[in-house]
Amino acid sequence: MNVVTNNKWIGQRTIRPDGVDKVTGRAAFAADTTMPGMIWGKVLRSPHPHARIKSIDTSKAEALPGVKAVVTAKDIVDFPVDKSVMLGIQDMRWMCRNVMAREKALFPGHPIAAVAATSEAIAAHACELIEVDYEVLPWSIEIDDALKPDAPILHDFVKFEGKPSNIAGRLEVKKGDIVKGFEEAEVVIERSFATRPVHQGYIEPHACLISVAADNKTTIWSSSQGQFMVRAMTAHLTGINQSDIRAIPAEIGGGFGGKTIVYLEPLAAMLAKKSGRPVKMVMTREEVMRATGPTSGSKSTVKIGAKRDGTIVAAHGIFYLQAGAFPGSPIRGAVGCSFAPYDIPHVLSEGFDVVSNRSKVAAYRAPGAPIGAYAVECVLDELAEALKMDPLALRLKNAAKEGTKAAHGPVYPRIGYVETLEAARDSDHYKAPLGKFQGRGVASGYWFNAGGESSAQVNITEDGNVVVTTGHPDIGGSRAGIANICAELLGIDYRRVSVLIGDTATIGFSNLTGGSRVLFASSIVVTQSTEKVIHTLRERAAKIWDIDPEAVKWENGAAHPVSPNAGQFEPLTLAELAEKAPSMGGPIGAGVQLNTVGAEGGFGTHIADVEVDVELGIVRVIRYTAIQDVGRAVHPSYVEGQLQGGVSQGIGWALNEEYIYNKQGKVDNPGFLDYRMPVCSDLPMIDTIMVEVPNPKHPQGVKGVGEVPLIPVMSAISNAVHQALGKRFYSLPMSPPKVLEVIEG
Amino acid sequence: MAKVHVTTSINGEPMEYLCEPSDTMLDALRGPLGLTGSKEGCASGDCGACSITLDDRLVCSCLMLAVEAEGHEIRTIEGMAHGDKLHPLQQKFLESAALQCGICTSGMLIASDALLRKNPNPSEEQVRFWLAGNLCRCTGYDKIVRAVMETAADMRETAQ
Ligand code: FES
Ligand code: FES
Repeated sequence: MNVVTNNKWIGQRTIRPDGVDKVTGRAAFAADTTMPGMIWGKVLRSPHPHARIKSIDTSKAEALPGVKAVVTAKDIVDFPVDKSVMLGIQDMRWMCRNVMAREKALFPGHPIAAVAATSEAIAAHACELIEVDYEVLPWSIEIDDALKPDAPILHDFVKFEGKPSNIAGRLEVKKGDIVKGFEEAEVVIERSFATRPVHQGYIEPHACLISVAADNKTTIWSSSQGQFMVRAMTAHLTGINQSDIRAIPAEIGGGFGGKTIVYLEPLAAMLAKKSGRPVKMVMTREEVMRATGPTSGSKSTVKIGAKRDGTIVAAHGIFYLQAGAFPGSPIRGAVGCSFAPYDIPHVLSEGFDVVSNRSKVAAYRAPGAPIGAYAVECVLDELAEALKMDPLALRLKNAAKEGTKAAHGPVYPRIGYVETLEAARDSDHYKAPLGKFQGRGVASGYWFNAGGESSAQVNITEDGNVVVTTGHPDIGGSRAGIANICAELLGIDYRRVSVLIGDTATIGFSNLTGGSRVLFASSIVVTQSTEKVIHTLRERAAKIWDIDPEAVKWENGAAHPVSPNAGQFEPLTLAELAEKAPSMGGPIGAGVQLNTVGAEGGFGTHIADVEVDVELGIVRVIRYTAIQDVGRAVHPSYVEGQLQGGVSQGIGWALNEEYIYNKQGKVDNPGFLDYRMPVCSDLPMIDTIMVEVPNPKHPQGVKGVGEVPLIPVMSAISNAVHQALGKRFYSLPMSPPKVLEVIEG
Repeated sequence: MAKVHVTTSINGEPMEYLCEPSDTMLDALRGPLGLTGSKEGCASGDCGACSITLDDRLVCSCLMLAVEAEGHEIRTIEGMAHGDKLHPLQQKFLESAALQCGICTSGMLIASDALLRKNPNPSEEQVRFWLAGNLCRCTGYDKIVRAVMETAADMRETAQ
């Protein structure tokens, strides 16, 4: 099944170009840098879940010695609510109100004002001196409360079916006719599920350092999943021209989707502009938990109908997702992805975007898809049980394959979903015996993947080595994949290729690192740039040999004549050609900017074994295998790493992680002690099986791999817990008190 | 508030710095000392990104006051390699891709080194429990645990 290739570097476990910097502590993350004259910014945040801001008096704060500037919503560009201004998937109407509360504070932690002072302590003290007159309003946190007829309405201008509502949008995908479909069904299972909001949980809190000169020339140093996104959003929200902003990508300490929007940059930019000093802002962990991310909590109902032989004929999903304070929950992922692994003739999948008084959600690894898959894959498990079928056999019988038309639109090209199911079925793991209170669950997942804008520049150095610059922050080792590809194409050792992430002033526009798009997109532009460089190298050799460029081939890092008829010449190596460059037409390099297309969806199937401690209600994952069609594993270690990391996040989501609210509508567990992400001793080794069905639309066969690994985890574990206990859970997390309750009750 | 003068040793070098009495060791390292290899993920002792050793004892530098370094020996990630020769753990982390974003890496390496000094032959379970104070959100810990165990095996072999 695994593709055998003659590649020297693609598929090798090479050492990443930025690795030594990271194991020695040299790598500079956002909070690691300073600028001369730098001061510190701090944010005053709303204590209330919902309150009208009647007035803000900053005079006492401004008078405090050491305070250099104060900003409020007045200093942020206002985007009136009547017209949407989209930037990527974000609407600036909401962004300008999310970075700084405007008419109302909409969640505890919502920024109200920001202060810059000569020390962090003075800035924090000054925040306490700001007087805000709030009119406290009723609020709702949970979906059910936000949907009640008398629920407090967050935004008067949000209307659903003609009336002000907390439902900010509805999305559906449809295929066939579900009424007809369910009439044909012989077995129908319908269940409802709920999930809690969970945070992306990157270890590095948001941070930035910004200086703005008197002529508006602005330098931003920050961690994000996209320096161009930072530049554009900061420009929109401050009124500074994009061309005056240079956004430099610091190393990024995790993001998982949570660093695809800005929180601090517009505030720091305005503080820097007003004070004339560089401003540094770093969030505390508590601020991260209260005011960034998380992903949606949800409630959903899924109904699936099948024939007795296991053929699924109809499926209906209804997904309500919490958006937080502003519209924009990932309903597209829930609706589009949840039934996508299956070939079902009649499908209706509906999503509702619900606002309530909690922080605005941000993308989290395959946004929306894990929520949809959790419901669908659990219902499939029940269906398999009702039909007395093996759950993998049920999935195999209905698996999407080449030519299947998905409800969300595409007709699949050659895909590897069936291969993941077969690999699961044939694995040792699936056949291993289980003990008492142990159970095994399986589940699958699908993610769209993405292409989009990407830029690269490949330059040959005077000593014949290579510097590749791309425009995407490297969040999980993408530089290693790019080095492998460039070295492979040039036929040189990968250690001769340096890979850098350009800032917004030095490389062409590149879209976010997100959606499992970076290696897909950047390797296309790197490939095309390298091919241009190779073309130049062949031309140079041809000129030296005085033959036709077509008679020169590039092989093993050197130009060779294609055949003896082209002439008998000693090969010219990259280093030799680089040395001759000054007298042969000048520097050698090429860049490509492109809107990349051809990203095909990704599929995975997981097997989870759990053991339940029936005394304590603790579920432990004792064995886990993640199987995924990865297209082509350009750097297998980092592909495995994506799979393993996604699985551990899913285990947290399934078993422990959740936002807990107190009676005041405030998050009660805003730190790593009480928001319990999996630690090393919570997990087993996480096995991976990489199925490689190359993407036919990519030069190296690459498919995105980063999102799929989170999608099946919650359902695989749920299904395993069901097998271990004989009882089923319909909500997450399956934390010890809940498990005990089910065992005892 | 008057600053306090501290005399200490960091990564084998004599060092002096001024700090506020309320500053943490992490503040001092990342601030006046310019040693930003230790990271702040939580400031509450729950993530391990700020791990250092104090007289060979593994501590969270965010939970220790900067003045407490007076007269003691501090080791940070910046002192782990010898010149351009990486510590075997650093080398193994690189070779086995035991880091993705890299923000937890300094703390993981310091904690792993502290473990191997105490216990050169740890079981998988011992590695997992020892590193339970070091959060990593990217790797699922698999490659980290393997890297630590493989380094331990290599080091035992060289020691023989
Ligand atoms: S920053 Fe010290 S343990 Fe997290
Ligand atoms: S590598 Fe990112 S947190 Fe560990």
